Order: sequence, then structure tokens, then C-alpha cells
Amino acid sequence: MSSAPYWIRPEPWGIHVVPADCWIDPARAVDRALVTHGHADHARGGHGETYATPETLAIMRLRYQTEDGAVPVSHGETIRLPGEVDATWIPAGHVLGSAQILLEHAGERIVVTGDYKRRPDPTCAPFEVTPCDIFVTEATFGLPVFRHPPVEEEMGKLLAALEAEPQRCVLVGAYALGKAQRVIAELRRCGHLEPIYLHGAMERMCRLYEECGIDLGTLKLVSDAKDKAEMEGRIVVCPPSALNDRWSRRLPDPITAMASGWMRVRQRARQRNVELPLVISDHADWDELTRTIEEVDPAETWITHGREEAMLRWCQLHQRKARALALVGYEDEDD
Amino acid sequence: MIAFAQLIDRLVYTRSRNAKLGLIAEYLRCTPDPDRGWALAALTDGLDFPAVKSSTIRNLLMERVDPALWTLSRDYVGDTAETASLLWPGPTVAPEPPPSVSEAVEALSAMTRASAPRDLATLLDRLDANGRYALLKLATGAMRIGISSRLAKVAFAQGFDVAVEDVEEYWHGLTPPYEPLFDWAARGAEPPSGKDLPLFRPFMLAHPLEETVVDMADYAAEWKWDGIRVQLVHAGGESRVYSRSGDDISHTFPEVAAALDIPAVLDGELLVRGAHQGGEEGGAASFNALQQRLGRKTVPKKMLRELPAFVRLYDALILGEEDLRDQPWQTRRARLEAFAERLEPERFDVSRVIEAATLDELAAIRERARDDAIEGVMLKRRDSPYVAGRKTGLWYKWKRDPLLIDAVLMYAQRGSGRRSSFYSDFTFGCWDGDPDKGAELLPVGKSYFGFTDEELKWLDRHVRNHTVNRFGPVRETDKSLVFEVAFDSVHESRRHKSGLAMRFPRINRIRADKPAHEADRIEALRALVRD
Repeated sequence: MSSAPYWIRPEPWGIHVVPADCWIDPARAVDRALVTHGHADHARGGHGETYATPETLAIMRLRYQTEDGAVPVSHGETIRLPGEVDATWIPAGHVLGSAQILLEHAGERIVVTGDYKRRPDPTCAPFEVTPCDIFVTEATFGLPVFRHPPVEEEMGKLLAALEAEPQRCVLVGAYALGKAQRVIAELRRCGHLEPIYLHGAMERMCRLYEECGIDLGTLKLVSDAKDKAEMEGRIVVCPPSALNDRWSRRLPDPITAMASGWMRVRQRARQRNVELPLVISDHADWDELTRTIEEVDPAETWITHGREEAMLRWCQLHQRKARALALVGYEDEDD
Repeated sequence: MIAFAQLIDRLVYTRSRNAKLGLIAEYLRCTPDPDRGWALAALTDGLDFPAVKSSTIRNLLMERVDPALWTLSRDYVGDTAETASLLWPGPTVAPEPPPSVSEAVEALSAMTRASAPRDLATLLDRLDANGRYALLKLATGAMRIGISSRLAKVAFAQGFDVAVEDVEEYWHGLTPPYEPLFDWAARGAEPPSGKDLPLFRPFMLAHPLEETVVDMADYAAEWKWDGIRVQLVHAGGESRVYSRSGDDISHTFPEVAAALDIPAVLDGELLVRGAHQGGEEGGAASFNALQQRLGRKTVPKKMLRELPAFVRLYDALILGEEDLRDQPWQTRRARLEAFAERLEPERFDVSRVIEAATLDELAAIRERARDDAIEGVMLKRRDSPYVAGRKTGLWYKWKRDPLLIDAVLMYAQRGSGRRSSFYSDFTFGCWDGDPDKGAELLPVGKSYFGFTDEELKWLDRHVRNHTVNRFGPVRETDKSLVFEVAFDSVHESRRHKSGLAMRFPRINRIRADKPAHEADRIEALRALVRD
């Protein structure tokens, strides 16, 4: 794999941009970090300088209670880094503020996607295809069994379950950043205007989304409900970890749902005691991943995290040059 | 097929028994014949399509998707049918509408090894991912969605508001799609007749005696043997051994099935003869010996020789052409005793009636019986007909008082369904020596019942506040809580490190007052082994 240009070097804890001495989504504290989006496995605290979109920085501020060294870069904006490296933040369609980072140096273009999806999402700007020489893509759902159905279909399942048993509530486990707000926004788009109840851990992130101009409708806290009956026939959103926790005992006979791309596989849903699996993901599915590689049409594809083997195989079958990067520390279990 | 696929999908994710029953009942009510009959057969593993195997599906997929991608996907998903349903590339031309269940069954039955790949592909093209999953599961006969045939029968009974005992009785002898069964239950037609077929009849069951006082003038007493309750049927030249759930276990006990060659339906306890025979009531080894013979598809000769099975008869339902079920127990008993004379004594005897004038006298006899392959005594009203299920006042079971031991809570696991957020499944242990001299606890059993809902809440809190380690859904506790555990018997077992296994253990009392080091030692438990 000697084809890697001298100025960019994948290391186990992140991608090193050598002339600028900065790192993309590093798994440990560094002097200068370029961050794609706010999920904890990509956006860690403690860096000297953090370059990210204003939304991502706001999310990090909420999580780490500090904004030391924050350098906001808007979508579409290019900044000049030391060592004559230009970096541009381009929408990735993953969660609020998420970006791909385009790096240009010595006439070469490299795009690092972070996490991304290609489907419309009312809570964030859509992915933009950016031609480049090296395309560094995620592969969380990089197996051909992962084909996410249209989100409307999954919303239909959720609303039908709610209607079928009006004396119960539907408890939706959803990642606190991104998935939760997307599910709520999609419900609103489907005309569900009733109050939606939140687990306490969801509140601040939902408020932040609203401050960024994303309308989530009437939200209430489970802890503010006067009794169980108040939540009958309602949707309650909590982090996946709270689904089978004691916390859920305060709810009226909840139907346990989970919004995640992993729900495509029955056994995965059953292991989590899920009654109503909702196949909703903020990552590209197999078709999106392969279509994106074709559209970007890079000279070389690097696969960062997920099911690299199958993606490599696909690239091989399609005569595309590819390599897998062994990066550490990316977690994808709850998406 | 769409409604069936939806049913399968929902059953996969439904954990509560009642909810499963409701889903199946609803489906059976709303689906036309013969689709519902085929679906019922699929749920109860009653279908077999020899031309379609798991390998047929694998080969079909390998032709359409890259073999390396197939293997990676199959390894990840862990199930061939599900992987195939997700990976199927879909048709290139607009497909015909989805097939009905009967259409799919017809097509599957007509397939040969040679035609299967092409014909199966045609069916798959007409379905979405859920439909493909249901079709492939149905085709390979491996639903594995936690539906026992008993559950399906209860759902059937619930769906059409008929007695489950009748469903049990009429079901046997019919083949899919069970049209006479639906004609009877859904349209009020004459029930299907099972004359000259070796059919299962639902068992008569007993209530626990508990505080009930009965007059021994009205009741007869007999031993309750510690084997498995079976029904022996001979009709139309064929014999069957049925378990209590109506499963045909003739192949597991071929020597017993072969020994009955006169038309009859008999009720009794299946036991094995063994080295440890107890006293005058003996001839039978303990349940532990019998257990080695359970669940086998074929029985090695050595086992037939060393652990031969026989049946201790309790009752006669049908003798020859005559259905005795409406006759009083007394009459049936007399007929049974006379009939048993004609049977091979090596394979059949009649459970002896215990002479006792009063309940107190019977209690004393029951207590003395500890050493035999005896679970307790049965009390049967002398004028009771043989009726399916448990009818109050007719038969009682009076088990021996349980054995008790004090054990220490070691691990707890979260339950499922209603108990899904509660630690409700407890593993407990006894000391392997003197706890003050460094002895350790070894697990001796596991139980998830015996306590009230209030106690469960208390136990759940205890587990959460005394956790020292977590292993997935299991928590290890600080081993400070003592349970009084009740159990029916204890046996040598290589399965556990303690070398002992309890039968039917339950949490009798929570002994929060008792310090853990005062709990019992393994040797105290071992002293209660009786085989």
C-alpha cells in the first residue's frame, strides 16, 4: 500500500495530516484536531485547537462544557492550515453539523467522510458528492444485507403500533444525538403532532437542535408527567441503554421499539428485547455506500471503520483500488 | 403470504405468551381456508418439502450474489433463510403479485431437486424481504420462533372459542391443512372422527390437595410415581406412546410401544427398571435414571438392556371398541385390572391402590415412602369420569413435603416479558466446606419462582445494591443473601461443579435474617441424594 501520498498518514488513532500536523477525528487528545461531527467516538475533548462546524462545536460544548481552542468553520468554507493544506467542510447528511472534510495539498484532493448517509433528513444538510483522488469512507453497514427501508415505512409501523394499543406507550430507543431528533422530526413530518415525551438525557440535545432552528414540536419530560396515564398512547424517546432499565417502569406498559440500522437483522433486535424494530439509520446502507463510491469515482478508496472486508471485496469486483484502515475507537453498536 | 409473513415477523418479536396467542388466534380467525391450515401446519412443524434444503437456498444465492459476499453476510446474520431474504436481488421485470400460502405450499410440494432452484426463485421474486423470510422458513421447516404445538392448539381454541381438549383430540389423525378441524371449529360441522387410528386423547389432570380435606370413603388413593405420564394407544394395528403434551414419543420407547398389541387407550406412568430398586413398591429406578432415556430419536441397544422401560398403569380410557371415559373411576379400575392380565408383565403392571381409612393414615404412609420412585400420592374420586384437563373435586395430587436447604444467592439474571427489567432468575450455592476456613460457594441450582411480586421487587433491589460483577445480562452478587430453597429431590450430576442437581427447586423463603456463612454445605445436600 505504498500509494498513500506522503502528506497524509492513517494511524490507529486517527488520520494524520502531516504538513499541517493535525488529526482528523483523533481518538486521543492532540494539539490540532479537525472534527467531522459531534458523536463522542469522533469528537473527543481535550484538544488544543478543534476545527469543526459551529453546530458540531455547540454539541461538543454541551458535552465537554468547554470551548477552549474552538475554531468554527461553516459548511462550504475553506481554511488554510499550516504547511499549505486547504481544508473544506462539506455536508455529510449524518447528523446536525456533520461534515466531510476535503483536504487539498500539492494538487491532490482527499475527502474524509466521517459518518454519512444519502437519504433526506429534516435535521441536517444533505451529503454532497465531492470528486477527489482518495475517498476515505466509513463502512458501518458495509454488508449487502443492510438495505434500510424508506423512513416513511418505519414511521408507519411506529404510528400503527401506537394506534393499535392506545392504553400503552411506544418507547423508542434512539441515540441521543441525531437519531432521536430525526425520529421526532420525521414523526412531525408524518403529521404526528401530539406531545412526545423525553428521557432526561435527551433534553439538552433536543433544545440545542431547536436553537439551531429545527422544529421538534411539543416535547415534554417523562419526569414531569403527573402519572402513567398521561403517557398512554404517547411516544416516549430514550437512549437505547434505558430501554430495559428500571427507569422504564414509570411508563404505561411500554411497547419497546428501537430505531437503528442493526434492527434489519432479527437476532440483533431480539437480543435487545425489542418488540418493534425500526430500521432507521444515520449511516449509509450497502447501496448508498457503493453508489457513493461510484459517484465520487476516486482513484483510490480507503475504508475506515465497519465491515471493511465486504466493501473491499466489492471494490475488487468492480476493479476499484481500495484499502482498509485499521482505526481504533469508533463505536457503532447503538446506531 | 403477506399476512402470514406479518404474523411470523410479529411472533419473532413478541415475548409474552398471551400476546402470541392473540396474534395466532387473530390470524386463524381472519384467514381463509386452506391458507390458515397450511400456516398452522408451518407453525407446528407439520410441513416437509424434501426438495428444498438449506443447501438449495445457499446454492441459489451463490449463483446470484458474489460467493464471498454471501459468506460474509451469512456469517454475520447467522441464519441462512434470513440472509437469503435480505440479499435476494429482486426481479428484473415487474413480478406477479405475492403468492398465497396455499399457492406457495403447492409450488413447494411440486418441486423436485432439479426444479427447486428455478421454482423457488420465481416465488422469491414475488415477495418482499419479510415475505421471503417467511417463505424460506416455511420451505425448510425450521421456524424456530418459539411456538410449541401446544401453544398453537391453545391459540386455535381461543380463536374459535372451543375447548382446547377437543382440539387436542380431533387434531390427531388429521393432516394439513386440517380442513375438517376448521369446518368443526369455525363452521359448527361434525367433529372429525378418529376411529381405527392410534390417536391421542387429552389427559385428565389433578389439582394439588393443599388444604382440601377429602373423605376417604369417596376417594381412592394410589401412588404418584416419579416418571413421565404417558398414554398408550393401540388402534388399527398400530401403537403409539404419547407424552402429556400429546407428542408422539414411541420412537424413544420402542419396547413399550411394541408391547401393546390389543386395541386400547391406557393412562399410566412410564418408568425404567434400574439397579436402585426400592422395597416392595420398587421395580422402578428414580427419575434420574429415566432421564437418560428421554429426548432420544433412536435408542442404543445397550440402553434398552440396562434401562428397560415399563408402564405402571393408572387408568383405561378405551378398551377394544368401548369408550369408558364416561364410566366412574371404580368401574374403569376394575376393567383395567382385568385387562392388565392379558398384557406382558415385563412391560406393564397396575399402580397399586393404597389402603387408608383416613387422610391421617394416608399422610403417614406418604411420609414413609421417601425412598421409592414415588413423588407422592393421588386421590381419585371413586365416581369420577375421565375428563380432559383439571376439574375441581375429582382428582388431587398430594406430593411429599419438599426437601429444604439453605443456600446463598450467587448470581441473578434479568427475566423476560413482564419481568424484563427485573433480576428474577437466581443461581444459588452451598459451601464446599467450612466457610470460616476458606470454603467456597459452589452453585447447586437455579430458580425463578416461589416468590411473590412484592418479594421480587425486594430481590431486584437487593441484586442491584449488592452487585460485584456484571457479565452481560447476569450480575454476580456479594453472596450475602440466604434463600431457603425447596425442591423435590436431588441427584448426582456431572453438569454442575458441585456434582449435584436439584429437581424443581423454588425459592421457599428469603432468609434475610440469616448470615451467609450459616447456609448449608454441599455435604448436607449430598446426604439427601437417594439414588
